[in-house]
Amino acid sequence: MRIVVCVKQVPDTNEVRIDQATGTLIREGVPSIINPDDKNALEAALQLKDQNENVEVVVLCMGPAQAKEAIKEALAMGADRAVLLSDRAFAGSDTWATSTILAAAVAKIGDFDVVLCGRQAIDGDTAQVGPQIAEHLDLPQVTYVQNIAKNGDKLRVERALEDGHYVLDVEMPVVLTAIKELNEPRYPSVSGIYNYFDDSERPEILMWNVNDIDVDMTQIGLKGSPTKVNKSFVPTQKFEGERLEGSAKEAVRKLIVRLHERQLV
Amino acid sequence: MDFELKSTHKMLQRVVREFALKDVAPIAAEIDVTERYPIENVRKMAEMGLMGIPIPKEFGGSGGDELGYAMTVEELSKHCASTGVILSAHTSLGSWPILKYGTQEQKEKFLKPLATGEKIGAFALTEAGAGTDASAQQTVAVLDGDSYILNGSKIFITGAGQADIYIIFAMTDKSKGTRGISTFIVEKGTPGFTFGKLEDKMGIRASSTGELIFEDCRIPKENLLGKEGKGFGIAMSTLDGGRIGIAAQALGIAQGAIDASVQYMKERKQFGKNISKFQGLQWYVAEMETKTQAARLLVYQAATKKSKGLPYSKEAAMAKLFAAETAMEVTTKAVQLFGGYGYTKDYPVERMMRDAKITEIYEGTSEVQKMVIAASVIGR
Amino acid sequence: MGKAKVNQGIDLSSYKDVWVFAEQREGEVVNVSLELLGIGRKLADARNSKLFAVLIGACAESYTESLIQYGADGVLFVKDDKLNQYSTEMYTQVISNLINERKPEIFLVGATTIGRDLGPRISARVGTGLTADCTRLEIDEADGKLLQTRPAFGGNLMATIITPDNRPQMSTVRPGVMEKCEKDTSRKGNVEIINNKLDFSKDKVDFVELVKHMKEQVQLEEAKVIVAGGRGLGNKEGFELLDQLADKLNGVVAASRAAVDQGWVDHDRQVGQTGKTVRPKLYIACGISGAIQHVAGMHEAECVIAINKNEDAPIFNVANYGIVGNVYDVVPKLIDALDQVDDILKAVE
Repeated sequence: MRIVVCVKQVPDTNEVRIDQATGTLIREGVPSIINPDDKNALEAALQLKDQNENVEVVVLCMGPAQAKEAIKEALAMGADRAVLLSDRAFAGSDTWATSTILAAAVAKIGDFDVVLCGRQAIDGDTAQVGPQIAEHLDLPQVTYVQNIAKNGDKLRVERALEDGHYVLDVEMPVVLTAIKELNEPRYPSVSGIYNYFDDSERPEILMWNVNDIDVDMTQIGLKGSPTKVNKSFVPTQKFEGERLEGSAKEAVRKLIVRLHERQLV
Repeated sequence: MDFELKSTHKMLQRVVREFALKDVAPIAAEIDVTERYPIENVRKMAEMGLMGIPIPKEFGGSGGDELGYAMTVEELSKHCASTGVILSAHTSLGSWPILKYGTQEQKEKFLKPLATGEKIGAFALTEAGAGTDASAQQTVAVLDGDSYILNGSKIFITGAGQADIYIIFAMTDKSKGTRGISTFIVEKGTPGFTFGKLEDKMGIRASSTGELIFEDCRIPKENLLGKEGKGFGIAMSTLDGGRIGIAAQALGIAQGAIDASVQYMKERKQFGKNISKFQGLQWYVAEMETKTQAARLLVYQAATKKSKGLPYSKEAAMAKLFAAETAMEVTTKAVQLFGGYGYTKDYPVERMMRDAKITEIYEGTSEVQKMVIAASVIGR
Repeated sequence: MGKAKVNQGIDLSSYKDVWVFAEQREGEVVNVSLELLGIGRKLADARNSKLFAVLIGACAESYTESLIQYGADGVLFVKDDKLNQYSTEMYTQVISNLINERKPEIFLVGATTIGRDLGPRISARVGTGLTADCTRLEIDEADGKLLQTRPAFGGNLMATIITPDNRPQMSTVRPGVMEKCEKDTSRKGNVEIINNKLDFSKDKVDFVELVKHMKEQVQLEEAKVIVAGGRGLGNKEGFELLDQLADKLNGVVAASRAAVDQGWVDHDRQVGQTGKTVRPKLYIACGISGAIQHVAGMHEAECVIAINKNEDAPIFNVANYGIVGNVYDVVPKLIDALDQVDDILKAVE
């Protein structure tokens, strides 16, 4: 069985800060991590590998050269090999263009049974790339996956809803997008860390650029993106409210008075 | 000389940090009060490959280096010094001697399960009459056909009862003094090997420290580690490396105390402002930070030298001496910064202060470290 | 027919009208569909065009009238029993066929778990741009294009997105943000029954069953009073205290992601960027630092009270009233005070 796992390297948005003066994000010093949902996707692939014979896990990542760190972490967790897609031509891609590129790479890797993606990246927050990859590859999709089990030659999947879940049987090849409830990702092993980090040339990591995949150049990059950013801005902070001073008892009394004024008590 | 961590070590540090925050920190206070050995975390550490970091892969280890191991002990000790010493004793004292001095068979049989964390290792040199004066061994081992018979007892042994494999030192030839000491591998459960008193300690209370008793304990002669009479040398060289582990533990304790103090100072208000705004207290933090960073450099230097196969005795001794004293100073100051609250178990610093003290004592007291350093500098 | 492409110089002026996806589950139209009609009405009016609701599944027939009454000019009703249960492929097929045939200018989908599965698939099949999880939609006065504003970077940044060269302009819209129209029972419109040919063999996903959560549903989005707890509570038991406060106020207990991740409460109580968006009259944040991901889910509350022992906690920047103190000290006193409101008010006079 071959499983392709799409991972994205993202800034840790919990650590991102706003430059109040310019209204832009401060990215320096913000650590880069594997997108959390993608880790769940990778863990699911690794569990399938642990539990079955002959499973190969291939990690696919589109990003700048530094995204190699994310790939190394994935390999240290137990993936078999990895492809880093890196090219200037990809820059500025929205989800359509990104999914076009990734789908072409998945097609080139070929002979796969499952494409696992994280549901949503914590920087873009769109949750669109997984389903769009599925459409480009003409494959069935199941999103919000919270459980995967083999069911003969199909997969029995639990798909989360707001208030419950669907149980679905799906044929392979299939695209699945993972949510955090799916599993608890393992740590990279120490031997994996020593194996993959620091050595810059690893045979397990393939570097592909735009010439290595079969893709329509008009459908990628900034020019190939149907959506464009018109502007971006930092959400404004609300006014500073009233600080109720004094001991807890006094502050609470003041609060009751104000809530009464607002007809809330 | 590059003072930047390589990406391997950065990644390892990040992983251990996450584990320490998620699994080690939440139970640290509880296991200190109940003296409970954190077996569930030891198992997780085994799964992650943390129990055999500097052991080569061919013996079940992770194929890492001393620096990665030291950083791991440091990160664990920030939150729980007991967990730090459990790892340190297992790796530096319980596993390393077999790697260095063991036969191929011994490595297969004993080192592999230690490196994977399936079994826990310990080291037993100290006796009631042999502390700093380690050569005054009373435990004896007599060759009898295919076995050795051990008689005697050891005290203050880290891992007593919890560990599975023990490196034991005993006299095989009293007439030869130091040159009559030999080293043996003894497994828990061997008839004649029992555990005695478990110490009720000031600190590192979740690490079991206790007495080993040998009464006509018969072990296969294949369990002799190294040659007869070479035991003292094995003990001393093992302790050299153990010092790096303990120095890393002390370093972690100090750092944990600084982190806790700074966070508290930003929350605690007196005289209308956060106490972090008072210059006198800011200066304390500066001193704590500087000494801890100096300790860090000594620890990392010693670890790096060991990995490179360079002599590291002096560096290890300096690291342990300085880091232990720093830990004691920093944790004492931390309790002071917390004021009355620091004296209670609601906050971690009183535990850190209790934990720090032992680092000035075990695996060679600070006085012993000074002897080692002076001898290295002055010679005879 | 080959795969769609974007930016192919289509004639934008041939696209007209605003469509919304009226999502239904088990025969009931979900709330966000009505919110879509609310914003859809505004957009259609700004474009001088019509508003249509796309409703799939014969089981939802009883809702066709109310979709009109909540603002639609017409309903495209795919009255097919085989489509009662959501299927990515079949719903994508139906809607893409309709879009290609009738060319709407704007198509909105609620950003529910189903909407966020369906939206990207449709946009990729049709070959157009999709903007996810929009919190604001407006028509650009200059040229009539749709301005789609949404949060990114975990809510740290807002971006306004446009789809200049492709149609329809598609957005998934965050539930709980847009306002429904007032229901107008006198409103009339046209319900058109759609019967297009479908290829069910392309659906490779078999629906086995729907499993609903056993516990009583937490309706955070409808709550008027919410008492929320965060990491500052320190443990699960803290939520029992919040339960008491919520009871006194006839409110509901919610939580920040930190508390959910700790396992202190269930995920269905999570408020924030990856949880629910709420607009209560009163929101009491206890031991919540106010990270932007959380604020994203509650900043529309009418009155926010924050209780946190850290005076620098960002939650105080969005709170109408802030108390710096220990939750376990303040909340019990607040519970007591709520029994003594008259006495307190008298004392103040």
